[in-house]
This record gives sequence, C-alpha cells and structure tokens, in this order.
Amino acid sequence: MPHRGTLKTATGFAISPGRRSRSRLGEAFIHKLLVACALVSILTTVGIVVMLVAQSVGFFRQVSILEFFTGTKWTPLFAPPNFGVLPLVSGTLLTAGIAILVALPVGLASAIYLSEYAREGVRRVLKPFLEILAGIPTVVYGYFALTFITPLLQKVFPSLIIFNALSAGLVMGIMIIPMVSSLSEDAMIAVPRSLRNAAYGLGATRFEVATRVVMPAATSGIVAACILALSRAVGETMIVAIAAGSTPRLTLNPLESIQTMTAYIVQISLGETPHGTVEYYTIFAVGLLLFIMTMLMNLFGQWFVRRYREKY
Amino acid sequence: MENLTECLAVRNLELWYGTFQSLRGISLGILHNRITAIIGPSGCGKSSLLRCFNRMNDLIPGSRVQGEVIFHGRNVYDAGVDPAEVRYRIGMVFQKPNPFPKSVFENVAFGPRVNGITDNLEEVVEQALHRAALWGEVKDRLHKSAMELSGGQQQRLCIARALALEPEVILMDEPCSALDPMATLKIEDLMKSLAAEYTIVIVTHNMQQAGRVSDMAAFMMMEEDRAGVLVEYGPTPQLFTKPRDKRTDDYITGRFG
Amino acid sequence: MRDGQVFQQHLKLRKFRGSVFGLIFLASTMVGTLVLIVLIVDVLRDSLGWLDWQFLTSYPSRKPEEAGLLSALFGTLWVMVFTALFSFPIGIGTAIYLEEYAPDNRLKRLIQTNINNLAGVPSIVYGLLGLSLFVQALALGRSILAGALTLTLMSLPVIIIAAQEAIRSVPGTHRLGAFALGASKWQVVRNIVLPSSFPGIFTGTILAMSRAIGEAAPMIAIAALVYLTFIPISPLDRFTVLPIQIFNWVSRPQADFQHLAAAGIIVLLVVLLSMNAIAIILRNRYQKRTEE
Repeated sequence: MPHRGTLKTATGFAISPGRRSRSRLGEAFIHKLLVACALVSILTTVGIVVMLVAQSVGFFRQVSILEFFTGTKWTPLFAPPNFGVLPLVSGTLLTAGIAILVALPVGLASAIYLSEYAREGVRRVLKPFLEILAGIPTVVYGYFALTFITPLLQKVFPSLIIFNALSAGLVMGIMIIPMVSSLSEDAMIAVPRSLRNAAYGLGATRFEVATRVVMPAATSGIVAACILALSRAVGETMIVAIAAGSTPRLTLNPLESIQTMTAYIVQISLGETPHGTVEYYTIFAVGLLLFIMTMLMNLFGQWFVRRYREKY
Repeated sequence: MENLTECLAVRNLELWYGTFQSLRGISLGILHNRITAIIGPSGCGKSSLLRCFNRMNDLIPGSRVQGEVIFHGRNVYDAGVDPAEVRYRIGMVFQKPNPFPKSVFENVAFGPRVNGITDNLEEVVEQALHRAALWGEVKDRLHKSAMELSGGQQQRLCIARALALEPEVILMDEPCSALDPMATLKIEDLMKSLAAEYTIVIVTHNMQQAGRVSDMAAFMMMEEDRAGVLVEYGPTPQLFTKPRDKRTDDYITGRFG
Repeated sequence: MRDGQVFQQHLKLRKFRGSVFGLIFLASTMVGTLVLIVLIVDVLRDSLGWLDWQFLTSYPSRKPEEAGLLSALFGTLWVMVFTALFSFPIGIGTAIYLEEYAPDNRLKRLIQTNINNLAGVPSIVYGLLGLSLFVQALALGRSILAGALTLTLMSLPVIIIAAQEAIRSVPGTHRLGAFALGASKWQVVRNIVLPSSFPGIFTGTILAMSRAIGEAAPMIAIAALVYLTFIPISPLDRFTVLPIQIFNWVSRPQADFQHLAAAGIIVLLVVLLSMNAIAIILRNRYQKRTEE
C-alpha cells in the first residue's frame, strides 16, 4: 500500500509540472485575449472623443466658439457662410420634444396596462408587437412619415409643407414608444408586491393602486425612461433627414421645415465634401455637440435607473 | 359574556389556487370585539384563510373560492359585492411592515383619500395615530418619510393606516414576525387595547403570542394532499389546556409541527 | 360606520373611472400594434407591381422602371458577414471577461458604465468615427471593410449586454461543481458557462446584427455614394447597402421612386425578419437538444 502511494505521487510529479505550466500558459493567454476584447469598448470611447475633438479643432480654428454657440444662422455652404449652431439645436429639440409628447403618455399608459392590468397571456401576445416596432429600421419610419403621415396631416393643415418638423416628430414619437414603455414597465414591476397589497387592503381599486402607489414609487425609473428616450430622439437621424427638411431655422413652429443636427451631418456626408475644408469640419463640430448632449442625458438617465434599483 | 354575536361567519369555505386545493371545508364564527388567533404549522393555510375574509386572494391569478363568508348578513363573495368595499370595512395588516414610500401623514391619509373621505383629514390621521399608540413618537415628523421609522414603528403605522378607515374588523397576518421582542410587546398591548372597539383576527405561528393575546383560537392543519382544514376552534384557555382533538394536543405540547 | 349610501355611490364612480382609464391604457398599448399594421399595409400597397425579379437583379438606374437593388443587396450581405465575423468574438470575449474574470473593482465598473454609454451614442456619431478612423486614418477608403468595422463598433455594446445577461443566467452552482472537480477557469467557461448560455448569446447577437443592418445613418457617412453599378468582389471595394439605397429613392421627388423605395423596404424587412426567425428557430432547436 505505501508503495502504491508513492508511485502515484511520483507519476503525479512527473507529469504535472509540464502539463500544469502549459495549461497555466494557456489560461494566461486566454485571460489576456479577453482583456483585449474588453479594451475595445474603452478604445471606442477614446476614439470617439479624440476624433471628434481633433476634427473640431480644425473647425474652431476658423470659426469662433462664440459665433458657433450664439449665432442664429447656419449657412455653411453659402457665401458669406454663417456658423451659428442654434438653428440646428432648435430643430433637434423641436422634433425630439414632439416625439416625447407622443411617446410619454402612450408609453406610460401601455406600461401601466402591461404591468398592472394585463394577464400573463395578454402580455405574451402584446409584448412581441412592441418589440417588432422597436426593430423597424428608421429609414422605414422616415418613409412612413413622408409618404403617409405628412399627406394625412396636410388634410388637417392644408398649408403644411411637405417637409415639416411635426410629421417627423410624430413618427419619431411612435418609434420611441417601445423604449418608454419597456423601461417604465421595468420600473413598475420592480415596485414590491407588498405595497400593492397594502393599497388593495385599504380598499383601493386597480386604477388607484396603479396611479397612487405604483407610479409614484416608480417615479425615478419613469424619469429615467423619459431622459433615455429623449436622448434617443435627439440622436435619431433617418426620420428627420427624410421628413423634416434641410432648412436650418431658429423656430419652434412644428409646421415649418427645419433641419436637425443629425440631418445636417447626413446632408454633408452625402456630398462627399473634400477632406480638410471648413464644411467638412462642421460635421465633426456638430457631431461633438450631439455626442455631449446625448452623453449627458444618458449618464443622467442611468443615474436615475440606479436610484430606483437601490431603493428596493 | 355579553355581546357574543358573530361578526364574520365562515361556512364550508374551500379555496383553490389553480388545481391545488388550499383550504377544505372551513366553518367557524369570528366573535364581535374579540381577538381570534389562527394557529397551526407552516403551510397549513392560516394566511390563505385570513386573506379569504377580505378577498385578498382575488388578486392571485387562478384562485377560486367556494362557500360563504357572511359579513353583516351578506356573503362577501356574492356577485353584487365589490372587493374594494369589503377591504374598506375589513382592514388588514401584513407580515412585513409595508408603509408606502411617502410621508407618515400621507400613509395614514391614503385610505381616507382613495375612499373619498377628505373632510377633517388631519383630525382623522391624528386620531388613527393616537389609537395606534404612535402619535407621541411621530407628531413632530408627520411630513417626513415613513421609511425612516423603525420596524416596530412602521408596523404600528400600518395599523394606524388601517384604523384610519374605521374598519369593523382588522386582519393581522403574523404582524410581529419581522419585529424584535420589544416591538412585539408593544403591538400585543396595542391589540388588546383595540379589542374594545374592533374585532381582530390574527394569524400567528407563535403559540405564546396566541396564548397571551387571543380570546378565541382556531387550530388548523394540512391534510395529506396539503389542503388546510380546521381541526379545532374554541376559547383560547380551553384549546390550550384541554384540547378535544388529539392532533391539537400533539401540536401545542410540541410533539410535531 | 360611515354613510354607506354615499360610499356606495362614490365607489361606483371610482369603479367607472377605473374602467374608463383601463380602456385608455389598453388603447395606448394597441397604438403601437395599430401603427405597425398601417405601416406594413401602406408599404405593401405602395410597392405593388414594383417588387419583381427584375427589381432584385438590376442595378440602380435613373429610369425607375429599370432600377433595382442588386448592388445594395450584395453590399448588405458582405457587410453583414464581416460585421458578424468581428463583433461576435469580441462581444462574447468582453462579456466573458466582465462576468467571469474581471475582479469587482473600479476598472470593471468603468468598463460597464462605458458600455452602457456606448449603447446610447447616436449611430451617426459612429459613422463619423468610422469616417475619420477607418476611411481616412487607416486608409481603408470607403470600403466594405470600413463599413463592417464601423457597424462592429456600433453593435458591440448591444451584443455585450445581451451576452452578459445570458451568462449571468447560468446558475453559480454549476460553476462551483466544475471548479470542485479541479477544472480551470477557462475549462469552466468553455464547458459549463458557454454551452448553457449560448442560446441567449446567439439570439442577442442576431437581434443586434439585424438592428445594425437596418441602420442607414453610419453607413451614409462611410459609403456616401449610392449609384453603384457593380457587385463588390473584395472587402476593399466600394459598396452600398439596402437602407442607403432606400433613402436615396425616398429622397427623390418623383412618385415612381417612392414605389421603388417601398419595394426596397419590403426586401429589407424580409431580410431582417428572416434573420430574427432564424435566430428563434436555432435557439429553440438548441434548447431542445440541451434538454434531452
């Protein structure tokens, strides 16, 4: 018996150093490979920031920051050119604002329905439709806005021109309904059942439980849903490029033709503007502003999401 | 004893969750202005029975009730009876304190508000807090969040919240199981003082607690298919000292469960 | 006891209000479904008579009746294959690192926050990144490769988050069991974690890919040109994709081009829906096999 024991140890020693070290080497290699994968996402962010800043420097060498942020005219392709970004910002906020006006009530109402009213079977039928809606390419929504919604709106407002902020904003609102709805629903589902029971136990109806207990308790999640959806609307490109027009205009009138920051970038990109010209640099300056705006909204939105996750 | 009328009369009550039968053939009468304790091993359907009294089981998909719970001469499961009205008249306190994430005041005012009682709201809230023996501790922080109260205070707040609707019956589902002994003692004292005005039904797994607070006791058990049945029901002293059923005797002397 | 009559009356009103709002909530939930139906019917009607074999096998043309989306269809296929090739391993690798390897420290939280933020960066910004990084700095030109790399960066956050969720759903006890048998970390990942999370990862990846394929904005910044009368044969060739081709047709005022756009949309939706269907079928088949 002792003999067998030593033999086992002996073979163990004989084989194991080589195998161990080889496998340890493999493990280390795989570990490094995985770290490299994770670094890609860090590098992407670094790349975006460096690229936007570096190219914008080319722009701000020729145009003062003051003119960029306070000018009320955006005509970079005309002579003399004007580089005031406010019209693009107002166009962006106008369409995104209309979108939120559509998506917030509808998305919130459907979140209440799905989390408080619908039975499991009904949920299983309705949710896939919202998911399909979220997966429709934005160029399709743009087509829908231009060829279906705009003619429909023209019946209501006969003077409405073809390219207008209203139609693009409405369709963008439909596009972000699933986002508002599913994020708000997540927040509502996170409200503990015991709170609902407490309210039912006091004789509250389903509607009262939903609006007086569940919604207030889910407020921070609902606010997060709004901010994140607004950020998505601000960054949305194809709907506005197709249906909202290409006339930068400092206005809040939804019946007018406007241009958003994203649509401007598309317009210049399509023309293959030569590298190095000031027009070429404008898209990076506008892109940088767009990136900062959406980034702030996303960080703020995620902060709200963490708040309600911590509460329960 | 005077005033020994039945407040709630349960007749042949059966409860199913889907195909699983949770309660079988339960009949008992809950006496007016008395504390009734429902005791028994865990899983025997004590809480399910309690939730039948104010139709809280309606909220669980797939639940089904047969038999009657008579309250003021009417079966609460009759087609014309609204569960919201039943719950308005029969209050409930839950196992874990579950105050709303609102102020102390808003918690107590919630019931009156949804039920449309908005006159003298401040008075209603103050009175409810007095009765729940909480006024002294919270009168200076009425508009601070209820989440900042201690566990025992939160549970008394939940009792005050139920009292604000002036219910006739208060159902308490293991109200002290999440509390420390001192807080438990306070709630037990509170129950005894409330019994003068209210009918109280308490579910508890704590035999000593049942012995300390209750006038009447119901002992429940699971049958082989896990359906809960009522084994014995009677005045607490009698049930604890001279049980008629051998299973009750086994349970209270600690031979099983 | 308060006045029962008044209470009853009030309760009736409350119930009524509740059911009215219940209907409003249901109607709001149906809005999305309704729009989806209207949209699809509208596009189908507009494409009637334009979606035929000739449309699928022709190059774009100034004459609407001769135009087709052959080059865009091939461009989309090329970009799809390369994007999958790059994004699949990197995305899963990152997810494995974050869920199985990374210690719970500031670096991990930084990477996680960063990924969440990248998922919210507008797609057009990825287009600008691709334009200056791949097209110009790396001198790949306006090529398929530059397009695929751009879409890779754009779809990575979504793939990583989906893969992380799938990996997280593997119970910790499975891992402990394997570790107890002396398995190394990578052996546990390869033999325990990946097989049981694969269906989730796979579905998430295909859904992310179908989102990327439908995106026009970043591709416009990369590809720009749409009037392409050849099929790309190398990853360094110029290209166009379906969404750009559709955008180009939508932007023209003549009604006939609108019909072409509608026909193109049908083709795009069919491609995307079949990708989703494949994802679901494969997932179901895989799940059945692991259950046996």
